[in-house]
Amino acid sequence: MNKKLNYLRGLILLIVVTLCFSVISCKSRQNKTEAEKTITEKKQPNAELLEQYKSAEKVFNALPTPLEIAQIIKGTGATFDETLLNQVDNQSNYTTSKSMALNLGIYTCDLSFASMYDQTTHIVNYMSAAEKMAKGLGIMDAIDENTIEKLEQNINNRDVIMEVVSETFLNSQSYLEDDEQHAVAATIIAGGFIEGLYISTNLVDMKKFKGNKLVSTIIDQKMSVDDLVRLLETYSDNAAIQELLGPLKDLKASFDKVERSKAPSQTVLDPKTGVTEIKGAARGEIKPETFLEIRNKVTEIRNVYVK
Amino acid sequence: MRQLIKVLIVAVVLAGGTGNVANAQCKGFAKSLCKKELGAYLHDGNYHAAVLVEGEEAELYKTFYSDMEYRVAICGADGLPPIEFTIFDSTGKILYNNKGDGYKKFWDFKLEASQQLKIVVKVTTFPGTNEIPASGCVAIMFGFITK
Repeated sequence: MNKKLNYLRGLILLIVVTLCFSVISCKSRQNKTEAEKTITEKKQPNAELLEQYKSAEKVFNALPTPLEIAQIIKGTGATFDETLLNQVDNQSNYTTSKSMALNLGIYTCDLSFASMYDQTTHIVNYMSAAEKMAKGLGIMDAIDENTIEKLEQNINNRDVIMEVVSETFLNSQSYLEDDEQHAVAATIIAGGFIEGLYISTNLVDMKKFKGNKLVSTIIDQKMSVDDLVRLLETYSDNAAIQELLGPLKDLKASFDKVERSKAPSQTVLDPKTGVTEIKGAARGEIKPETFLEIRNKVTEIRNVYVK
Repeated sequence: MRQLIKVLIVAVVLAGGTGNVANAQCKGFAKSLCKKELGAYLHDGNYHAAVLVEGEEAELYKTFYSDMEYRVAICGADGLPPIEFTIFDSTGKILYNNKGDGYKKFWDFKLEASQQLKIVVKVTTFPGTNEIPASGCVAIMFGFITK
């Protein structure tokens, strides 16, 4: 028993020492860049911080990443349209942390789109634009000269390019999560999602609306819009996120008009490939006027941020 | 006693006392070890990792799209007991549990119709031990087949 008590005392002492170091570490981290300060300016009381930590770390909401969005669009048979991408020349316009975070997401989506469609002339330019945004946000190691060099050396090797794009996104997200800049990470995700939705809705030819595969994927975004709003609401005390939430909630209201049914699914395993197919489940429908409303809203939101 | 120690460890991790170091280790673990479990599937770029203690659970919600082939890979750091994961459909029906599959680290699937799935990850417990509960990084990664 005494042994156990001594052990417990030791453990508590270790915890107290660790917490002291934690406070010192937090203080030393106050010397942040201007970019970080703007987006993380409001300090939370401990209880709220704890809740935010729990919410961010123990219950994850995974939104489609730029690469996944690009694959979904390509999978519908849609063609590449470079006029829908944000021009790389615009990069010098982005000077605030909010605009840099949003446009890091936007440029990463454009980069993914260009990579997925083997648009070699655009790949390096979009990676360079993303690099500038990442550097402006103080995200170290996410994209560097070696990344650009690797892309240039493998410009005709789609597998390598995809791998680099995937790693770039992973690096920036993990850097921000490690640095507890969850709001910046969420803003980047929002930027990528808005760009993907902007590109996909604007690729739809209204003359071929009925039975359009691309329209079906946009219906499916109803769930992701809900996830995005929920994710951003976690950081709603952040001024930049608060500004984003207004128009996104308005967009969500339009998506709420999209009807989706729920039904239990069944699984069928293909023993040859080891892949399980999930059969059944939800189906959705959208009226052309609702689709146009969504397209107009997302275009409006996106055009404000790429200015 | 074991429960008290577990609560104290979780409190320290949540308070951030060791959070940054642990998170940085998680990043390295996810990138160098867990990503390999994706095999030929392209990693989507998402990063979900946290330090969990024996018996602790984490949940993840993600929408998966029709006409895509996915792999979900879930890995725990060395020293942790096996990681159990269960996948539920949008109505709460269990689609897969890896316990009866030798605690396999990944599951491959595709969907007839897009839907949101819930993934519950649980660190199992070492049987009959009264020592400090193990804690370590658990990562959840997604990949898809490019066409």
